[in-house]
Amino acid sequence: MIVVDTGNHIAALAAKMAKPHVIAAYPITPQTTVVERLAQYVESGELNSEFIRVESEHSAMTACIGAAAVGARTFTATSSHGLLLMHEMLHWAALARLPIVMVNVNRAIGPGWNIWSDLNDSMAQRDTGWIQFYASSNQEIFDNVIQAYKIGEDERIRLPVMICYDGFILSHTSMPVEVPKQEEIDDFLNEYKSTWQLDINNPITHGNIVPPEPYLEIRYSMEKAMKEAKKVIEEVGEEFGRKFGREYRLVEEYRCDDADYVIVTMSALAAEAKIAVDRLRDKGNRIGLIKLRTYRPFPHEYLKYDKMIVIDRAFSPGLGGIIYSEMEMDGKEVYGFIAGLGGVDINYKDIEKMYEYAKKGKDGWYGIEVK
Amino acid sequence: MIEKTAISIPTEGAMGKTGTWRVFKPILNKEKCVRCWRCWVFCPDLAISRGDYPVIDYEYCKGCGICANECPTNAIKMEREEK
Amino acid sequence: MAIKDLPTEEYILKGHAGCPGCPVTIALRIALKALGRKTILVIPASCSAVIQSLHPKTSFNVPTLNIAFEASAAAASGIASALKMLGKEDIIPVVWAGDGGSYDIGLQALSGALERGTNFIYVCYNNQMYSNTGIQRSGATPYGAWTTTTWSGKKEMEKNLAEIVMAHHIPYIATATIAYPEDLYKKMKKAREMKGPRYIEILCPCPPGWRFDMSKTVEMSRLAVQTGAWILYEIINGKIEFTADSKRLLEGKERKPLEEWLKMQGRFRHLKEEDIQKIKESIDKKWEFFKQMNLRQKL
Repeated sequence: MIVVDTGNHIAALAAKMAKPHVIAAYPITPQTTVVERLAQYVESGELNSEFIRVESEHSAMTACIGAAAVGARTFTATSSHGLLLMHEMLHWAALARLPIVMVNVNRAIGPGWNIWSDLNDSMAQRDTGWIQFYASSNQEIFDNVIQAYKIGEDERIRLPVMICYDGFILSHTSMPVEVPKQEEIDDFLNEYKSTWQLDINNPITHGNIVPPEPYLEIRYSMEKAMKEAKKVIEEVGEEFGRKFGREYRLVEEYRCDDADYVIVTMSALAAEAKIAVDRLRDKGNRIGLIKLRTYRPFPHEYLKYDKMIVIDRAFSPGLGGIIYSEMEMDGKEVYGFIAGLGGVDINYKDIEKMYEYAKKGKDGWYGIEVK
Repeated sequence: MIEKTAISIPTEGAMGKTGTWRVFKPILNKEKCVRCWRCWVFCPDLAISRGDYPVIDYEYCKGCGICANECPTNAIKMEREEK
Repeated sequence: MAIKDLPTEEYILKGHAGCPGCPVTIALRIALKALGRKTILVIPASCSAVIQSLHPKTSFNVPTLNIAFEASAAAASGIASALKMLGKEDIIPVVWAGDGGSYDIGLQALSGALERGTNFIYVCYNNQMYSNTGIQRSGATPYGAWTTTTWSGKKEMEKNLAEIVMAHHIPYIATATIAYPEDLYKKMKKAREMKGPRYIEILCPCPPGWRFDMSKTVEMSRLAVQTGAWILYEIINGKIEFTADSKRLLEGKERKPLEEWLKMQGRFRHLKEEDIQKIKESIDKKWEFFKQMNLRQKL
């Protein structure tokens, strides 16, 4: 069935079809319509879940942790400052190995108040132990939410998963989305089974004081799971492809085969980059695109081209563009552009310009240092 | 379960034999004991159990002296440990 | 009910990490006797996180979730909702938090959970300071008390969380303290049998924090009630009833002199006469507030 709707409504629809037992969420622009739609589903009886109307995002994440700790499947959604308020509990969820699924609608951080797209909110959560997906279309939002449950709940992984997409550019833009039948989703997702839970018949304690050595082991186990996730994400993406006709991997490689230059970016920027690649190809340029689908785990193994142009909609002050800074650059020519922060519009024409700059050996803050 | 997380199992003596923390030792004089069980209910260390008379578990008693202080008939005296 | 009638079942194991003479362990022992095994404890950063002992062992024999300092009521909300969805509503989530985690950093989550009608019990064990981090002042620290962040004595009066909780109009609110185990047990039992949000605050005199000998923990608790500094009551659907020795004080029995209680505590050693007067006045005011409440409902 084709549904034409906004990114937020599509995220809510996907969450509903995954049938979480408990949803706990707090509204924040531009995520609000996710929460509203889910509240509607629950009140109308379309979705049999407990919806906790928490008093903050910190409590939203904590309530999901509590629910997951007794064996429930959970969902939440947030954005920007809401995500930052959750930060402490993001670590808690991941270290407790609870496969909570969350969408984050990317939005800039204040002051001053800016409600437009910027990836710094979620990229700043890179060390929390969450798997992070970035979507470039509403279809990808839907597909990623469904796959997130399967990946996070996989016994080899047991990590929470965040699906990120640009505020307004996707959250409030209607696009056609192919939505499978509920039975097909049920068939794809297994019934949720926790690997540990608070159980009166087996009264464990979770999270008391852990001495240094076992703590080290706990952290290492998380790293192993994150590495294993690369394999599981591709397995699940392949199975999803077999069932629904859209296959997913850690990255999407677009016209890279004979490329002299490869653009590396993610989120809505990647959709623009695709158009730029087509137009540049039409003019005889050998250029391709690597669209990062996951930012954590970071798919280094796909970023092996000699000349790459990285476009970041986020930066680490004092270091540079975040994806750019994480690239392995040995023996490669890598150009980094920081572009579109706080919702500055970046379209395919801007990306074509970045390519021209890169060819001349220039990079930096697009619109300020290079313009 | 493959993942490692901070799961802990209920265990008696999780902090070892806490009786070794003790400096003063409670000694019960059964003749004075009226079995009101105040020593039992107020023991923070579960070191007093209910038999015919209170039974003190010196393996775990930390020697706080609440039992002696709360005993209405002074049936419990605190004596310095000999080490 | 007499002490001998309290159940012998224990849900804490011997050899835990609590300090000698710790009031929190006494309170939790008695509380769990009333709550029973169908309990899930939620514990924020606090002394109780330490009392559990070290991973991979625990001294608690009911399922226990440790959670961040400010977050325990929110975690209990998630647990309560999940238990409902999973058809396990016979199990009760019980927050066991200190005054730091309740009066201060956790107040927002507590208020939210109460307002939402969460089906849980929230216990604030109040030792009137941040004990776990080494005796710093909290919103519950009384006027004049020495702590490691109020070296010359706290300059402000404590707030009263139970009164804040009252503004949420929840089904059950009670205060208790360890020197009255039957009273504490009965209140926990009553709370366990009700539905919706229930709040119980237990005064827990802390030997190292209040500066008194560890054998006097229960005595300090009893004196707090007999001098009127701590009032025992329960509020069932808005109706207040005084209990135990506080009931006798209300009925006209004379309060013991406050000095008896203050002078046993090193944290009050530096108090001047005018400070003591100030504390006495605040206690009188508190009694007046609850007496008025009691009178109003009798009219």
